[in-house]
Amino acid sequence: MNDFQIKEQANVYDVVIVGSGAGGGMAAYQLTKAGAKVCLLEAGGYFDPADPKYINQLKGPWESPRRGASTLRAFGDFDAAWGGWEIDGEPYTRKKGTEFDWFRSRMLGGRTNHWGRISLRFGPKDFKRKSVDGLGDDWPISYDDMAPYYDEVDKLIGVFGTKEGLANDPDSIFLPAPKPRLHELMLMEANKKTGVLTIPSRMSMLTKPINGRGECFYCGQCSRGCMAYADFSSSSVLVIPAMKTGNLTLINNAMAREVLTDETGKATGVSFVNKYTLEETTVRGKIVILAASACESSRLLLNSKSGNHPNGLANASGIVGKYLHDSTGASRSAFIPHLTNRKRFNEDGVGGMHVYSPWWLDNSKLDFPRGYHIEYGGGQRMPGYGFGFGMENVNGKHPDRSGKMKEAGGYGASLKDDYRFFYGTDIGMAGRGEAVAREDNYCEIDPNVVDKYGIPVLRFNYKWSDYEIKQAKHMQDTFEEIIHALGGIPNGTKPGADNNYGLAAPGRIIHEVGTVRMGNDPSKSALNSQCQAHDVKNLFVVDGGPFVSQADKNPTWTILALSLRASEFIMKEVKAKNL
Amino acid sequence: MKRRDLLKNIGLGTAGVMVSGEAMSQVKPKVAPVKEIPEAQNGKLRDEIIHDNKLKAAKFFTPAELATITVLSDIIIPADSKSGSASQAGVPAFIEFIAKDMPQHQTPLRGGLMWLNTQSKKMFSKKFVALTPADRLKVVDLIAYPNKAKKEHSQGVSFFNLMRNLTATGFFTTEMGVKDLGYMGNTPNKWDGVPDDVLKQYNLSYNEWEKHLAK
Repeated sequence: MNDFQIKEQANVYDVVIVGSGAGGGMAAYQLTKAGAKVCLLEAGGYFDPADPKYINQLKGPWESPRRGASTLRAFGDFDAAWGGWEIDGEPYTRKKGTEFDWFRSRMLGGRTNHWGRISLRFGPKDFKRKSVDGLGDDWPISYDDMAPYYDEVDKLIGVFGTKEGLANDPDSIFLPAPKPRLHELMLMEANKKTGVLTIPSRMSMLTKPINGRGECFYCGQCSRGCMAYADFSSSSVLVIPAMKTGNLTLINNAMAREVLTDETGKATGVSFVNKYTLEETTVRGKIVILAASACESSRLLLNSKSGNHPNGLANASGIVGKYLHDSTGASRSAFIPHLTNRKRFNEDGVGGMHVYSPWWLDNSKLDFPRGYHIEYGGGQRMPGYGFGFGMENVNGKHPDRSGKMKEAGGYGASLKDDYRFFYGTDIGMAGRGEAVAREDNYCEIDPNVVDKYGIPVLRFNYKWSDYEIKQAKHMQDTFEEIIHALGGIPNGTKPGADNNYGLAAPGRIIHEVGTVRMGNDPSKSALNSQCQAHDVKNLFVVDGGPFVSQADKNPTWTILALSLRASEFIMKEVKAKNL
Repeated sequence: MKRRDLLKNIGLGTAGVMVSGEAMSQVKPKVAPVKEIPEAQNGKLRDEIIHDNKLKAAKFFTPAELATITVLSDIIIPADSKSGSASQAGVPAFIEFIAKDMPQHQTPLRGGLMWLNTQSKKMFSKKFVALTPADRLKVVDLIAYPNKAKKEHSQGVSFFNLMRNLTATGFFTTEMGVKDLGYMGNTPNKWDGVPDDVLKQYNLSYNEWEKHLAK
C-alpha cells in the first residue's frame, strides 16, 4: 500500500463508492470486474483476516489479559469489530424519550467481519407486506425480481442449508449443512411437541470450498474473522478480489463529508476528511454509490445540501432518514438438568447455530402483524470472561456429581467440581423479528452537534410500537414452552410488561434499515427500484437504506442481492450511454 | 498447529495478497511516537496495545490486599487431583488486571477485602491472612452460602459472590483451567456430528435430520 498525500484527484473515476461493507463491497467487486475504474472510500482501516497482524482466530482465552471481555471491543477482545456503540469524537444524539443505540464498524468490510453469517432470502410476502396486512408499504419489486440475484449471491458467496420448500423462506443454492450439535438435536426433538418448526440453519460458511477460498475447519470463531476466507466477509470475498483486477483504488481512513453536485444537480464526487491529517480532499466520479450503512448514508445525503437540493441530496420527497427500523430482539436462557456431567468432545462447529426456527405461525390469528425467527445457542463452548458466573444460582438447585443436594454457592473442591459438572448445560434462544416501518421513527441531522471532523451528526427519534412489544411477549411465551419441552429450567424471572418482555433497545440488533427507501412514487421515496436516486440519476444507495420493510430475516443477503442488481443496472445504463 | 502453518496447509496460496490495484492509506502526522507501536500487531490495534500497556504498568491492589486475594482464591478453587489451585493458575494477577480494566469492581473488591478483615478481627482479633486455615473457613462460611447467610453478613455475601465469579473465570480461562474443564475445541477439525456413544446416551439420532438432506 502506498502512502499518498492526496489533495485533489486530477482524474475522474468511473465510480466512487462510500463504504466497503456488504453493499459497497459487492458494487466494487461487480464494477471493477466489468472494467470500471472505481474509487472505494472506507472510513475505517485496512483489514484482511488472513494477515497475521490482525488475526485473533484460534487464540486461547488466556491470550487476552481480560480473557475476551468487552472493555475495548463491543463484542469482546477477540471479536473482529473495530468501532462499536460509542466512537471517540463521533457522537450521535437522541431526541428526548428515545432509546437508540447505533453500531459502527469502522474497518474494511464493515459489519461483515463480525456478523452472524445468517443468510436468509426474503420471501414473496416480505416484499408485499402492505398487501398482506395493510401496514407500511409494499416494495416496488417482488421476490421474482430478486430471485436470480439471490441465486448469483449464493453462488458467489456460498451459503449452507437444506431445501425445505417453505412458502416464505425460499431455498437458496445450498452448500451441505453441518450436522446439529447435541443441544440442537434435543431442540429438534423438543419442538416436535411445541410445533415450533426447527430446520437446519442457513449460514454463509463454506462447508465446501468455492471460488478459490478455503473450507471451513469448524473452529466456531467466525466473528473473529477467518484466515481461510471460509466465512463471508466483504474484505476477503469482495474487496480484496476487486483489488486484484487492478481497477480499484481503495482509500482507508477516509471519512466522507458530503456528496458534491454541479449546477445541474448531478453528483460529481465525494469530499472526505483524511482521519489522520484532518485535511479535506475531493474524489471525483461519474457515478456515486453510497453504501455507508443505512443511517450513515442518510447522514451523507442530508449533509449534502445545495441550491438544487435544499433538503439534502435525493431528498425532494423529504423521507431521507425516515422509516428507520431495526429487528426486534428478545431472549431467554435455561439450564438443562439432564445435560450435567457431559462427555467431552469438540462441538465448536461453525460460528453459530446449526439449526434455527423460521417463522412458523399465521399472523392473522395473532395480536401482532409480523413474524420472527428463533436463533439457538448452547453447547461446550470456549470459556471466556464470564465463565462460571452465577454458580450460586445453579448448584443449590440440583444434586452435584455425588448425587447430593447441597447449599448454593460454597467454595473448595466441591465447587471446583461443580464447574466441570455443569459445563455445557446451558442453552439460550433469541427471537429476531420484523418491526413495522413508521415515518415517525427516523434519524435526522442534529442542529447543534458536529463530530471531530466538523461533520454534523445524526439525532435519532425512535419508539417501539405495541406491535413489537406484543411480538416480544409472544417470544417469551414461546421460549418458556420450548424450555419446558426440553425438560429445562428457565434462568431468572420471565421478562414482563415492565421491561417490554425483554425487547432490546432499538439499534441493538444492528439490522437498522429503511432510511433511504425505494418506491415508484418519487413523492414518497428517495430511490427507484434500481436503488437509483429519483432526483439524481448518477447517484445510488446500496446498503440497508433502500429497504421498504425488513422481514423476519436478517438483511445482509438482500443487501448483497440488491447491490448486485443495481450494479448490473449501472453497467447496462453506462453501456446505453444513459449514465 | 500454529496459525502460520495452518495458512500453508489450507491451500490459500500466498499468505499475502497480490495487489495490482492501489490501496492508499492516509499519511499520519509527523508526531514523534513514544514507542514504535505498529498500526496492528498480533490481532490488536495500536490504541488497544497502548491502553493495555498503560494498565499493565499501573498498580491497584496493595501487597497486603493481593495476599488476601491469593488466600481467598485458593479457598475458592484449591488444587486437587486434576489440576492446580487458583493462585497456581495466576488468578490473583488476573483479578488485579480486571480491577484496573473494569473500575466498577474496584470499590466492591477493596471494600469487600476491608469488610473481610473487619469481620476477621471481630471474631479472632487478627487480619484474615493471619488466621489459621481452619479459622479462615469459619469466616468464609458466614458469606459463602447466599441462601443461609445472616442478614448482617449480606454485604460479605455480595463480596464473596464477586470473588467466586472472578476466581472461576480467572481459573477456567487459563491453559490449566481449560485443560481441567475438558474443553476440546479451538482447533481445526472436520465436524461430523455428535459421537455415536453420546447419541446413544441420550437416545438421539440423526434420522430426522437426514430427512432434511434428502429433500
